[in-house]
Formats: sequence, structure tokens, C-alpha cells
Amino acid sequence: MKPLVLTLREQPEQRLDLSPLVPHRLAGKTATEIDGLELQTTRRRVTVGDVFRIAPGDPQGMRIENACDRLDLVGHGMAGGEIVVEGDVGNQVGRLMTGGRLTIKGSVGLWAASGMRGGQIEIEDTAGDWLGGPLGGEMAGMRGGVVVVRGNAGDRAGDRMRRGTIIVEGNAGNHAGSRMIAGTVIICRTAGSLPGYLMRRGTIVLGHGCDEWSPTFLDCGVHDLVASKLLAAFVRDYSARAAAVFRSPLRRFAGDTAVLGKGEIFCAER
Amino acid sequence: MRELIVKGVRVDDTFAEAFEMRATALTITADAAHWARQAAVTMTGFGTSVIGCGCEAGIDRELAPKETPDGRFGVRVLLFAVSTTELQKQLQNRVAQCVLTSPGSACYAGLQGEESLKLGNAVRFFGDGWQISKRLGGKRYWRVPVMDGEFVCEATTGLTKRAVGGGNLLIMGASAQPTLAAAEAAVKAISAVPDVIMPFPGGIARSGSKVGSKYKARASTNEAYCPTLRGTVNSALDEDIASVLEIVIDGLTREAVAAAMRAGIAAVVKLGPKRGAVRLGAGNYGGKLGPYHFHLKDLRP
Repeated sequence: MKPLVLTLREQPEQRLDLSPLVPHRLAGKTATEIDGLELQTTRRRVTVGDVFRIAPGDPQGMRIENACDRLDLVGHGMAGGEIVVEGDVGNQVGRLMTGGRLTIKGSVGLWAASGMRGGQIEIEDTAGDWLGGPLGGEMAGMRGGVVVVRGNAGDRAGDRMRRGTIIVEGNAGNHAGSRMIAGTVIICRTAGSLPGYLMRRGTIVLGHGCDEWSPTFLDCGVHDLVASKLLAAFVRDYSARAAAVFRSPLRRFAGDTAVLGKGEIFCAER
Repeated sequence: MRELIVKGVRVDDTFAEAFEMRATALTITADAAHWARQAAVTMTGFGTSVIGCGCEAGIDRELAPKETPDGRFGVRVLLFAVSTTELQKQLQNRVAQCVLTSPGSACYAGLQGEESLKLGNAVRFFGDGWQISKRLGGKRYWRVPVMDGEFVCEATTGLTKRAVGGGNLLIMGASAQPTLAAAEAAVKAISAVPDVIMPFPGGIARSGSKVGSKYKARASTNEAYCPTLRGTVNSALDEDIASVLEIVIDGLTREAVAAAMRAGIAAVVKLGPKRGAVRLGAGNYGGKLGPYHFHLKDLRP
């Protein structure tokens, strides 16, 4: 069955909340019902039909075309199915997602994959700050699933992450993996300053080191661990570039000893 | 007892009586093939019979690097016990004492069962707080710091309650050497069958037992199959038989045990009565104790 296709007519005048447009919330709805769903974030009412051309189809395989960075909360709470977005999107893409596959063929804004619990997000260009991170007042960020960023990520990628895997094939900003509780963050190229800042547990892997090391991480030497082989085997399905980071023995830094100190940063020797 | 003659080998019209057991499987890997084998051999040692060892354990097969989670050479090990509690205890002790201690080893679930047993979840405490949990996909692994690096162990492994223990073949020959040759041929053939083990030394038991004893013991020698007592007791042996060896087979399923017995019978028959066994039988308790009956006539080639 052909997918449901929503094509943005033009850049909207206000930021839009696309959280109603996920497969499980659209299941069983007619094109007319979808057309009338409200997306506004201001007092001015905007419906799907106002901003999108709708080509009816199966919402389990959705496409959003001609997207722009004013579309927030794409794939919010997504539980299954697939959404493919052509173009950039705004903030909180894939927030609280529990399953399915979300592909963004462009860049994303702040808090992508925030609070994500399951499923897979692929971002073909760059991700903004707080990738996988919690919103204000939340105790944990990402809690499961896999996020792959083919380009660069902003600051604080993986902040307060509890479970799951983040792969950044490019560079990451400052404080990657800050306050991590557990989980895995792989930066294939260079991280900014102080990766793992205040991390308690969890694993950060750096393909090309970082701009500035935190003095509260302790060098534990170079090791060729079985865990690296398991990680490489797991990430190979998502990113060959990430799997390549594990080809040679990695230097292990334990930290952040400013807090619990049971986390680790693996760094490839160059 | 009626008997069939298949290519010169007499096959008793009888059956092996087998029992329900709890079973689990592990994949043990190491940096080198011989160290994976060593860990597996050590772990399955003293695992011949539930009567005295707590469990019956053995190597199912060797695994190529592409078949294992960490891409290293591996060995699949099966453990069988009469209760889930005993199986958990044996698994925990054997992994902790024999696999954790083996250089470069790692340990993974070898079975996806309807229920699970603690594997790394039990051994992780050796890490004394330095152990690290890593969840990848749907699986959780424990990384325990040890003196050569880390011992990686999957958190749980599967349990099956449909396992079958006690499939067996009695291989009878005119003297010790051809009887052993026939038993070895059967063991080699059965080794190729997946999901089964032969827990006795080299797969062969020379001291087949009966239930009970005149002393305070749960089992004692099966005098009906002891050739030196042929004239003394109500012997099951013919005049041309001077040696009997038994192969005991445990399998994860009834079908696996049947396939193993079929392979063993075929190997003995193929060797023939001149170079191997003159007669094949099987042990049972009259069919009243075990729910699984493997009739030799149904399994002959």
C-alpha cells in the first residue's frame, strides 16, 4: 500500500506542533479527518489541510515532503511504523518515541530524540544541541532506542542519557554525554570540550579525541576488549563508520570522578 | 525378546525410556579455539549424571566466529538437570568456577527459551561493584573486570522444560575392542546431530546402572548386562557377547534425541558385526517411569 504523503505548501507563519501526525494516531482516520487536525502553537488556528497537501495512503508508512525547520515535534511519541521527512525539521523530533523508524533527510533542531525509549531515528545532516536530552525538570534524557546522526551534533549530545545508543558520524559539540546515567554515545570524529562532564555511568566512544579533556577522567590504558567487539557488531547495522572506530584497541578513561566515576570514555589512538 | 537383524547386527525389539528434564545452553567464546574448548571442557567436567553430579553437561558443537556474538571462535555447551533450581545452581557455579576463570573467555546465551536463567546476573557480583552493564539491542551484557581485561557475560540465558534426558543405546560385542570401535563410531555420528550431548566420558558409559541397590545407594551395576555374571544372574546377554557399552543421550527436544539415536544405530550397523557390535539394545524401566519411548525398530536404518 502506498504511504500517506504530506507535502508542505510553504513555510508556515508560526512554528507548528506536528505531534498528532504519527502513524498510531492517524490509524483509521480518513483524509478529511486528518485534514482537520490542528497543529498551531499560537492562538491562530492552523490545520493540517491549511499547510499540507495530502496524498492519502497508509499512515504506517508516512512521508513528509518539503519540510522546514518550523515543524516541531515530528514523530512525537511514535510507537511504530515509519516516517520519512524530506528536508529539515525543528525541535524535539522523535521526542518520547517508543518504536518504529524515523528518517530525517536534512537537519534537526534542539532536543532531537529527547526522552526517546525505543525505535530508530536517522538524521542525515546535523542535529542541534541537547540531542537525546531531557527537557527542563526531567530526571533522564534518552531511555532506549538508537539515534544515528550522519553529520555533526551540537552541545550536550546524550545529556542525562539513561539507556540506548547515540551515534554521531561527524563531530560533536561541548559536553557530549554530560550527566550520563548509562547508555552509549559514539562520536566518530572529534568531540568538543569536556566530553562526559559529570557522567555517572555509561560509555562514550571518541573516534578522534576531543578539544579538551576533563581533568577528572583517569587514564586506564589501551585495551582490546570483548565489549568493543560486541559494540562494533551492534552498531555495524546502523553505521559502518561507527563500527570502524572499534577496529583498533581503544584507550579507556574512567570518570567522571567529580561524581560517581563509573562511566568511561574510549578513545581511538591516532 | 524378539530381535531384528539389520546387516548382520541384531537389533532388540525394545526401546529407550527417557525422561523430561530442564535444560539450558551457553555459547562460550575465547581469543583462541583451544581456549574456548578448554573452558567448555572444564565447565562440563564432572557432569555425567544427575545422580552424582547435579547435572548432565556436554559440548553440543563448535561455533565458527561468524556464529558467535563477539566474532570469536566459540563452543556451545548444554546443561541438563531435574529441576530449574538445580539447573540454576549448577549453571552459576560452573560458569563462575570454570568459564569466568578461563583466559580471554566470554559467555553468552545459547538458547532462547520460554523462561530464562540467571547467567551474568549471577556472576556479576564477582566485580565487587566495578561491574558494568551494557544493553545492546534487546540483550544485556555484564562486563566484569578481571586480571586479563574483562569477562563479558550475557545477563540471562534461556531455559527449556521440554528437554529429554536418558535416550540410550546398549552396544554389545564379542570382545572389548570391536565393541569400543562400534561405540566410538556411534559417538562420532551422534556428535554431528545438533542439540544433543552424550554426557559420559568420550560419550560412552561402561557402567550402565539399574535403579536401587542392596546397599543404601540410588543406583548400582546393571548385572543383567555384565558379561562376567552371565552364568550367575538372569542375564540379558547371549553367549557371543563379552562386552557391553552404553551411550546416553540428552537432547533439547524429543526430536533431537530420536535423531541422535537414529544416527548412532546407523553408524553401528554400518560398521557391521565383524569389526563392531553384534547386537544393539536399549535400557528401559518397563515403560512405566519415563514418558518418552524411543523404539529401536522405528529408528533403524
